Amino acid sequence: MKINKKEQEILEILEKDARLTPADLSKMIGEDEEAVKSMIKRLEKEKVLVHYTALVDWSKVEDSEHVTAMIDVKVTPKRGVGFNETAERIYRFKEVSSVYLMSGAYDLSVTVEGRTMKEVARFVSEKLSVLEEVVSTTTHFQLKKYKHDGKIFEDKQTDNRMVVSP
Amino acid sequence: MPVTKSYVAKSVEAMRPSGIRKFFDLAAGMEGVISLGVGEPDFVTSWSAREAAILSLERGFTSYTANAGLLELREEIVSYIHHRFDVTYDATEEVIVTVGASQAIDLAMRAILDPGDEVVVVEPCFVSYVPMVELAGGKAVTVGTRGEEQFKLQPEALKEAITSKTKALLLCSPNNPTGAQLDKEDLKAIAAIVEEHDLIVVADEIYAELAYDIPHTSFASLDGMRERTILINGFSKGFAMTGWRLGFVCAPPELTAAMLKIHQYAMMCASTPAQYAALEALKSGMSDVEEMKKDYRRRRNYIVQSFNEIGLDCLMPGGAFYVFPSIQSTGYTSDQFAELLLKEEQVAVVPGSVFGKGGEGFVRCSYASSMEQLQEAVRRIDRFVNK
Repeated sequence: MKINKKEQEILEILEKDARLTPADLSKMIGEDEEAVKSMIKRLEKEKVLVHYTALVDWSKVEDSEHVTAMIDVKVTPKRGVGFNETAERIYRFKEVSSVYLMSGAYDLSVTVEGRTMKEVARFVSEKLSVLEEVVSTTTHFQLKKYKHDGKIFEDKQTDNRMVVSP
Repeated sequence: MPVTKSYVAKSVEAMRPSGIRKFFDLAAGMEGVISLGVGEPDFVTSWSAREAAILSLERGFTSYTANAGLLELREEIVSYIHHRFDVTYDATEEVIVTVGASQAIDLAMRAILDPGDEVVVVEPCFVSYVPMVELAGGKAVTVGTRGEEQFKLQPEALKEAITSKTKALLLCSPNNPTGAQLDKEDLKAIAAIVEEHDLIVVADEIYAELAYDIPHTSFASLDGMRERTILINGFSKGFAMTGWRLGFVCAPPELTAAMLKIHQYAMMCASTPAQYAALEALKSGMSDVEEMKKDYRRRRNYIVQSFNEIGLDCLMPGGAFYVFPSIQSTGYTSDQFAELLLKEEQVAVVPGSVFGKGGEGFVRCSYASSMEQLQEAVRRIDRFVNK
């Protein structure tokens, strides 16, 4: 899909902060508010703007059970069942939060979220590794999240500027 | 024997303290202040530049550098100025790395002024111009600019300010506090007068990287002006490196040699780790500059439109990170406006009057703040203006 300069700007701005309203965007890019709304509609319809979400640090929430595993999956593509079909069979599972086709030593990088390690392990052994096309899986559990989608979780940086300066 | 007299020099005693100080003191003791009064980026120096400074310390690069600065850095500066602004300098004879652009202004003034020489200073302007001219023994002749003329220096006004004693013109574009940017045609008209009266121009181009709609034209890039220009720039604004105190000055060999004489006695050289950080900033930081610029541009658009909507007339400035809205519709002086706004709504702005002629009736608002802060500031100012 071809997009214009203003749409490009809208995407760049929303990618950093999806809470900005069409009214804010309209001022920021110097475009009529109604025009901004229709551009957003078009981008949503074309699935360029896929979804708006919040980045949550569950580790801060008491008693929350939350583990994430990144799984390297090797796959044998079969006649009539390419990578896309295998990926689809995997990403349909609600436990799976992301699936990427990779270059290099393995084929699919699958992120699985669960409440406990046991739950994730069970998913891998009972759902993922048993798929006919899956040759092998290597599961890595995340121990700590430092930065995600360009955001640092525990940013020690503060605004140290003087209140008024020349 | 008790001290019975003041040891402070009369020339210093006569200097007025910066009008900004008062607002700093007022705002510093307050809770929950949103400050639009800050004259520096809200971005932190890029990690690659910070990391380069750390590495230089780890390697023990803690000695003096050459007086004029690391040759490698000067060479990088020369190539940067050449590519970005189309002026060519010689790294060995025409560049000095300074302690911020501020020191470069001081060097320039002290290098060119004899007692009684006049410097035309275009106002509203950075608060230190007039004091620096005076400390160097010169006389500052101020010329005001007006909102009706987008705060651009008018050739006629410049001509009127020139006398037989005029030696230099101090010019800042894009401008602090108005954000006004002089385009190539504006500058050409000024250059013709400069040539006619045989003046030298001290061009403070510290905001050159922050030009949003049309590219910055360096005064030194104009026909015949390179030999008449002391070009001042630095890393503070564009590269978000204010606290490192690193700037530079480029000028023809004779002038550079004169400035270097002062610099070698008064300063020796700029901070070594800062020079390594700046070197890295020039080598790998241009994409960071572009990113910051994009953000500033959007915030500028946002705040200009917001101010106009709430009834404060505000021009769309071409550069820097300031807007200079008129507060005349409120009936307050700029000083009253700033003080009341701070007390009632805890938003800090700087009254235009502290920046000299033409500044009264306006306030300087910096948009070097997050969008969230700007949104809240606009809400509060709206409440204050339309109560």
